Amino acid sequence: MNDGQEICSGATSILESLPEKRKELEDYMDGLPLGNDPEKNRGFLIESLHKAQGIFGYLPEEVQLLVARKLKLHLSEVFGVISFYSYFTIVPKGRYKINVCTGTACFVKGADGIVGEFKRFLNIEMGETTSDMKFSLGGLRCVGACSLAPVVLVNDKVYGNVTPKQVPDILVECK
Amino acid sequence: MIKLRINGMPVTAEENSTILQAARKLDIKIPTLCHLELDCFNLEHRIGSCRVCMVEVSGRRNLAPACCTPVEEGMEVRTHTLRAINARRTMLDLLLSNHPKDCLTCEKNLDCELQALAQEMGLHKIIYKGEQSKRSIDLANESIVRDMNKCIMCRRCETACNTIQTVGILSGVRRGFNSIVSTASEKPLADTKCTFCGQCVSACPVGALTEMNRTYDVWRALNDETKQVIVQTAPAVRVALGEEFGMEPGSVSTGKMVTALRMLGFDKVFDTDFAADLTIMEETTEFVKRLKENKNLPILTSCCPGWVKFFEHQFPDLLHIPSTAKSPQQMFGAMAKTYYAKKLGVEPKEITVVSVMPCLAKKYEAARSEFSRDGVRDVDIVISTRELANMLKEAGIQFNDLRNSAFDNPLGESTGAGVIFGSTGGVLEAVLRTAADWLSGKELNDIDFEEIRGISGIKEATVKVAGKEIRVAIASGLGNARMLLEKIRRGESKYHAIEIMACPGGCLNGGGQPYIHGDTSILEKRRQAIYEEDRNKTIRKSHENPYIQKLYREFLGEPGSHLAHELLHTHYTARKNE
Repeated sequence: MNDGQEICSGATSILESLPEKRKELEDYMDGLPLGNDPEKNRGFLIESLHKAQGIFGYLPEEVQLLVARKLKLHLSEVFGVISFYSYFTIVPKGRYKINVCTGTACFVKGADGIVGEFKRFLNIEMGETTSDMKFSLGGLRCVGACSLAPVVLVNDKVYGNVTPKQVPDILVECK
Repeated sequence: MIKLRINGMPVTAEENSTILQAARKLDIKIPTLCHLELDCFNLEHRIGSCRVCMVEVSGRRNLAPACCTPVEEGMEVRTHTLRAINARRTMLDLLLSNHPKDCLTCEKNLDCELQALAQEMGLHKIIYKGEQSKRSIDLANESIVRDMNKCIMCRRCETACNTIQTVGILSGVRRGFNSIVSTASEKPLADTKCTFCGQCVSACPVGALTEMNRTYDVWRALNDETKQVIVQTAPAVRVALGEEFGMEPGSVSTGKMVTALRMLGFDKVFDTDFAADLTIMEETTEFVKRLKENKNLPILTSCCPGWVKFFEHQFPDLLHIPSTAKSPQQMFGAMAKTYYAKKLGVEPKEITVVSVMPCLAKKYEAARSEFSRDGVRDVDIVISTRELANMLKEAGIQFNDLRNSAFDNPLGESTGAGVIFGSTGGVLEAVLRTAADWLSGKELNDIDFEEIRGISGIKEATVKVAGKEIRVAIASGLGNARMLLEKIRRGESKYHAIEIMACPGGCLNGGGQPYIHGDTSILEKRRQAIYEEDRNKTIRKSHENPYIQKLYREFLGEPGSHLAHELLHTHYTARKNE
């Protein structure tokens, strides 16, 4: 019998341990023109999640719940949207988020080999983060710089015409 | 009104209605799969995800999905052109290419809308072969099995959970080939605020959502020589079981059901209706007391385990308002393992109590820890109406040809008040029948409270009982319940008593009942059958049940006594609202 849903206290709470971040998100959401109608609030879901991920770095369930409550949406729907967009993450990411474009042009120009090199050097799979929380490796679809294919993004920095040989140099630049 | 032609035939349709609805007026059947219309609850699930209802509309380049394309003036629709037929077959073919196709062993075999469609459309070969989804199966609860390998993404379960019930635990998650209906963080149902009402199971067209089948446990119990195996049957079962054997919806098959249960090998065949009468004794005592003290009003009924779990999660601040009376199922279990065990001179653990319920939440309820004493559960195994039908078929019992027989005593005698528990409004009517006598000190004859009958979601009435005006409300469907609960929370409720059932229409539309596949006229027939059974009873007030009177005389003392509280009342637990 699962009675684990009874209300209990004492669990570690990211919102309680980071009150100033919580306040930042709450202030932001309280400033939105929200009402009682979830149908109307729904339009603010994606920008709220963007803001929340910007503040916390990722979207743990507690943060999802805060957003859901403010918008009067079901938590399941909020999670559904998060899981749809590869940009959103429910696990903490490394300081350097390496994203290899795997769109058509980059793929044709050898993105696969670049992904393989990153995996080999970092010893992680796509979607994973190194245990020292320094690097995360992921893929994304087309950044609109196809003339520079294949493209790699490290946080906001763009590397174009990348070859597998350049992979260690890119990693060394991340200090 | 809008005039259009379908297959050359003129038809007039209401504005904002769909091609599908207009075609129905002409008795033209367009195949559908994801679409679900529940007329009597005013609800239409028209998501247009499956695309098997594609039709050709003159002047349009693309085919249109009939279920969600509004009619237009002068529209010319053709429903079975070669292009439409090819498109539908392709859609079905693609759906089947990512479906397990293990129909022979599927719980929904011969009751599956996808299977029926493949048969109707004459699809005998699957052209597309490709990757198959591999997903885990959620078996970690008492009530519902979620096998998402079989899901066709019609998303009816989401409408049932989010729109009708407003429980809101289901959503489409992930994207593309990986999309699936799941819970937040893809948790098992047991870790969510799921009420186990089973309306998602009722809505599912395929075998993705089914009940946790316990029929084998019943077979094992029936073949255990060391146990007294007794069975109780809920009121809504007897007006629906016949459907599984081809009987007309609304057929009352109480007598045949009792005979069949005896043939299966139960030592005694008892009735949950008896315990329903007992519930009325305790609940009415509580109600009359609160009414006299004008305290903790309105009283809320507490027989529905889906509803109980709903308010524990979503209204933990109102836990003092529901009646503390256990549900009839659990009162029966408690009496079986104490009063009846004593009569037999056996230990509680030597009796196995099996329940046949129209409900999937009853499986969860029976497993709640407060319903066990010294490690012995009050109710050991719960099966649904559908599971009982399966057992009877497996045993080769020719249900339609059976003679009628009567329930055993002392836990089998019941009144009309116990029977009507199976319909929305029934519990409150049963309370009023007893309360009226008790408050007036007379035996009243006018006991048909017509104003609180009917299948609609929310009913309100003011009834005169012993010169006193009693304001009552009845909600079925948890979305409707939420509206009443929020009123109470805001302090705007003027009611004295409220009945709530989790399933729209009450237990007769429970998650364990024979599938209606969107035909809500069946529900009305079941409802009428319940009131027919009530009319045919000699005794129609719970407190006049001679076996209930005897139970209090021999064992419990009086309603609300110390022993009654120990055995027949319960408490509620605040749970996380997610």
